[in-house]
Amino acid sequence: MPSSEGALVSARRLTKRFESFTAVGGIDFDVQPGEAFGFLGPNGAGKTSTMRMIGCASPVTSGELRIFGMDPRRDASRIKAKLGVVPQLDNLDAEITVRENLEMYARYFDVPKAVARARVEELLDFVQLTDRAGSKVEPLSGGMKRRVTIARALVNNPDLILLDEPTTGLDPQARHLIWERLYRLKRDGATVILTTHYMDEAEQLCDRLVVMDKAAIVAEGSPRQLIERYVTKEVLELRLSPDIRASLDGRLDGLAERIEVLPDRVQLHTADGERALEHVYTRGIPIESALVRRASLEDVFLRLTGRTLVE
Amino acid sequence: MGALLRSAWCVFQRNLLVYRHVWRGSLFMGFLSPLLFLLSMGLGVGALVRTEGVLPAGASFLTFLGSGLLASTCMQTGSFESSFPIVGKMVWRRNYEAMFATPVSVGAIVLGELLWLAARLVMVAAAFACVLAAFGVGTLASLVPAVAAAVLTGLAFGACVMAYAATLRDGANFNALFRFGITPLFLFSGVFFPITRLPAPIRWLAPTTPLFHGVELTRGLVLGTLGAQAAVIHVTYLVVMVGLGASVAYWIFRRRLWT
Repeated sequence: MPSSEGALVSARRLTKRFESFTAVGGIDFDVQPGEAFGFLGPNGAGKTSTMRMIGCASPVTSGELRIFGMDPRRDASRIKAKLGVVPQLDNLDAEITVRENLEMYARYFDVPKAVARARVEELLDFVQLTDRAGSKVEPLSGGMKRRVTIARALVNNPDLILLDEPTTGLDPQARHLIWERLYRLKRDGATVILTTHYMDEAEQLCDRLVVMDKAAIVAEGSPRQLIERYVTKEVLELRLSPDIRASLDGRLDGLAERIEVLPDRVQLHTADGERALEHVYTRGIPIESALVRRASLEDVFLRLTGRTLVE
Repeated sequence: MGALLRSAWCVFQRNLLVYRHVWRGSLFMGFLSPLLFLLSMGLGVGALVRTEGVLPAGASFLTFLGSGLLASTCMQTGSFESSFPIVGKMVWRRNYEAMFATPVSVGAIVLGELLWLAARLVMVAAAFACVLAAFGVGTLASLVPAVAAAVLTGLAFGACVMAYAATLRDGANFNALFRFGITPLFLFSGVFFPITRLPAPIRWLAPTTPLFHGVELTRGLVLGTLGAQAAVIHVTYLVVMVGLGASVAYWIFRRRLWT
């Protein structure tokens, strides 16, 4: 466990229970200034509950939580003043304009009017919505609303930005635009905590991440470290006709460290995919197609959070 | 305290900002509907009824009805503004969640909503009082306190409906509230005729209901017939209702937002 010295967020045995249901079961983590920290996990793993506790929107059941060194039980307002929160579902004021949304939100943080006005124009430019500033929020696309929500979370110049599934439900173009903006925030030194169940998102944006499953942290590290620790360097994916697959009967044994038979394909986890493929040919196994790819966080994720494996 | 008031003022401003975009839709409910009642009942039915010896202080039927409608309109506006709009901000659009992610506290949200409700009630009651004045009902000196009384009536209902609305997951229950709660009160609290005309059990029941106190207070101020003791009873009843509603609303808002 890294020391909590100088950490912006520090949790020890952090627990959240709703009556008899345990959403977060005693987790430890630290987020350092300037870090992009991710919670990766399937739905229901406890990511959102953790984020809500950090955002001081949900009381801690037990354990320790410090944000900027302060206790959310006593200093919620002072902590919130320095947070920027992007919730999972947009909660903009749909009846008013994009610019009004941002200016109004700045008032909740007591940002002086003149400062807010300049900041709002900057942020509109940052999320590329200057030309829609005067339009109401209601008719905007999902991607645009998300960008408004992100801009709104930045009006108080937060020391820590919390993003709960920032790109869930968006089309690829919208998603890439948001990634690009978040990457810029990160490059400019912002501290970001995000949750996601998209591996590519975690790989793109996180310096360090924890994988959560069933209310617990099951792995921690940088995307690279996790891939090295939990999966092989490469994955050979084979597509086989159903009858060949049914009659495989151990013919792939010994070709890889781990073999995973999926409904539509077989994955061979190995350090050298090309060599394994050569052996497949040598053994005379007829295949429909083959693909050698680098292992990704997705492989780590599935390895850790489940899918029955054939080892 | 300073932070609470400052944040509550922000919540108020937020509602004002939204209202500036949607005010047209609220005109019928708040203004046209009571005006139509006043015209059809006050002038139409009023021409058919004999009022001597029946209405207090020799009031005309138009004055009697108009002063009652001033209070009942505020009941309806206060209840309506605290029904669907609150569920909308709590559940459908999650605006309270957005506010609560900032230094704005639950107390500031509830207080801001009540301040805004009071402002809406002042708009509705003042507009209606102008119509009454145009028909020769009341004087400036009697209508100003009557508007205050009507606003208090609206706040009493609004605070209680706000607490109820905050418990809901959708707006389906409001139809029952309006059909079986608000409408019967509107009809049987002395807006259209003195409650002494009601059959015995309802006649005893009427003075226990909130709109009765709102109507008596407002009408008493318009007609100049309000006694000190009655005034204290009516105001106390309504103020207690505001306080109870606001306290329960705070408790439920907190349970919903801080989970």
